[in-house]
Amino acid sequence: MERLEEYWQKNLSLIRNLLVVWAVVAYLLGIILAPALNGIRLFGGPPLGFWIAQQGSIWVFIVLIFIYAARMQALDREYGVED
Amino acid sequence: MSVEAWTWAIVILSFALYLGIGYWARVRETAGFYVAGRGVPPVANGAATAADWMSGASYISMAGLISFLGFDGAVYLMGWTGGYVLLALLLAPYLRKYGKYTVPEFIGDRYYSNLARVVAVIAAIFVSFVYAVPQIRGVGIVLSRYLGVDVATGIWAAVLVTAFIAVLGGMKGITWTQVVQYVVLITAYLIMGIALANLLTGNPIPQLAFTFSDFAVRLSQLQVELGYKEYVAPFQNLSALNVFLITLTLMVGTAGLPHVIIRFYTVPKASDARWSAGWALLFIGLLYTTAPAVAVFSKYNLLNTLVNKPLEEVRQIDWVQKWEQTGLLKFQDKNGDGILQMSGNPEVNEVTIDQDIIVLSTPEVAKLAPFIVGLVAAGGLAAALSTAAGLLIVIASAISHDLYTRLINPGASEATKLLIARVVIFLVVVLAAPFGINPPAFIAQLVAFAFGLAASTFFPSILLGIFDRRMNMQGAVAGMLVGLVFTATYIIGTKYLGWPNFIFGITAEGIGAIGMLLNFLVAYLVSRATPPPPAEVQKLVDEIRVPKGSGAALEH
Repeated sequence: MERLEEYWQKNLSLIRNLLVVWAVVAYLLGIILAPALNGIRLFGGPPLGFWIAQQGSIWVFIVLIFIYAARMQALDREYGVED
Repeated sequence: MSVEAWTWAIVILSFALYLGIGYWARVRETAGFYVAGRGVPPVANGAATAADWMSGASYISMAGLISFLGFDGAVYLMGWTGGYVLLALLLAPYLRKYGKYTVPEFIGDRYYSNLARVVAVIAAIFVSFVYAVPQIRGVGIVLSRYLGVDVATGIWAAVLVTAFIAVLGGMKGITWTQVVQYVVLITAYLIMGIALANLLTGNPIPQLAFTFSDFAVRLSQLQVELGYKEYVAPFQNLSALNVFLITLTLMVGTAGLPHVIIRFYTVPKASDARWSAGWALLFIGLLYTTAPAVAVFSKYNLLNTLVNKPLEEVRQIDWVQKWEQTGLLKFQDKNGDGILQMSGNPEVNEVTIDQDIIVLSTPEVAKLAPFIVGLVAAGGLAAALSTAAGLLIVIASAISHDLYTRLINPGASEATKLLIARVVIFLVVVLAAPFGINPPAFIAQLVAFAFGLAASTFFPSILLGIFDRRMNMQGAVAGMLVGLVFTATYIIGTKYLGWPNFIFGITAEGIGAIGMLLNFLVAYLVSRATPPPPAEVQKLVDEIRVPKGSGAALEH
């Protein structure tokens, strides 16, 4: 039972970390700081704030889910709760 | 062969293909009917989810919508993708482990209350219905735009195909047709994106062309010169607060929409639900990262082709002729100088552009082969059909499973249950058609409701049901009612009764996020002031938190 509680706590801290990244990219960089970030242009392309809001954020979301799935698969195995 | 002949041939071929899959995927038991026998591999479910999610409007109208909103179009790009992160991390694997058939079923069982079950059934039917009507309408629009078919005829043809698949195969038939529909729609959309990117930048990958070319900035400058708003600058069309809250409402609403959640009931294991959400978002992301590129390239090209050009010369271009005839493109030489002026000032502006032109004109602008134009039409149809089918099965299963099997006749035999499920889905599909043909005017405005309601009712109560063992019936029901009443009142008041956006200027589209916060707050306070849930419910919560055993939970 204690082992399961430990598994759950590790799951929760992984979720928290990934959701912090999710919120920072979408809401802080993609919206709140977008006017400031629009002063930066990388590779001669569109301004950075605009690019994050319309392109970069989506790629980050995809990567976050795959990281979660892979880390949880390892965690399930470590605690012997895989299905 | 002419463009029209190719389009007919490819559309009819795609319908035949869907019918064939529907026949192949017919089922004999309720688990097959409601959750495809939980035998859908994670990658296939990802493709089915993507088709389920991306509607006819995403396909035809979204790039155009973004091209007119500029930066602020990001509310749709981030809002309709970011919710999958919430779904994968917070909901999907646990609901799959629980292993039942519907969303109201989880809420009814977790909160040991038939009142909560019935509230969830009504909310699920309402949310899916308001969302389904524009989808069915979308099928008719796609057929009329590309083939000139009468909207009503197009809808009835599509409805009969959908009814055949859904009655024979239920969720299994819908799932496998959605997989094929995804392939059709993404192939067509990417061909358009690639052709357009290559035409303007010489780089065929739309995402790279968008990132490494300066067309967004050039479009932005051109718009400023003409007196329109700056394209790349934030908060030109919506306030910063509204951009924030609409994005949040759409994300949370996505994660709480029943037709999205139930797709994850169909995979074999709880851990598959996590991977499958990743595949789903990758497949969705292919279109959602192409759309902003199409928006920039197509709008830049359109403005460049029309602005300050002689009207007679412009009318020689074949695609201009075609879309001027349909009324989606309108010219009015107000100062009589024979030259087209465009301006942010409506008094001197001489060109009116319907946003759908951005995508619809792409095949001709990029000079694609006639059979590709046919494929593009089939893609739009696939997008609209797959979403409509996914929504209609939620409505049907709420009635046949949650109401009939769980409440009215729990002792029904397997054969009776399956017969009821089939009759109900047939009736739902056929009865929905007239609403698509003549949508009541208020329905279009109700789509804000679907996301607002899912955000303020389903998302918090499911999340708390998993992550807060102490959450009880009293807290969850109070939270759902407060979230529902608050959100519904604000949307009805500001959309229909002429109220101003009285809470900090927040629009109806963004209010669901506030409703969600109220739901969380009320649920927490009420649950702590009332007794904890029964021991067996707390044990259920502990069980759904570990994936182990989900593969065996195939029996209902």
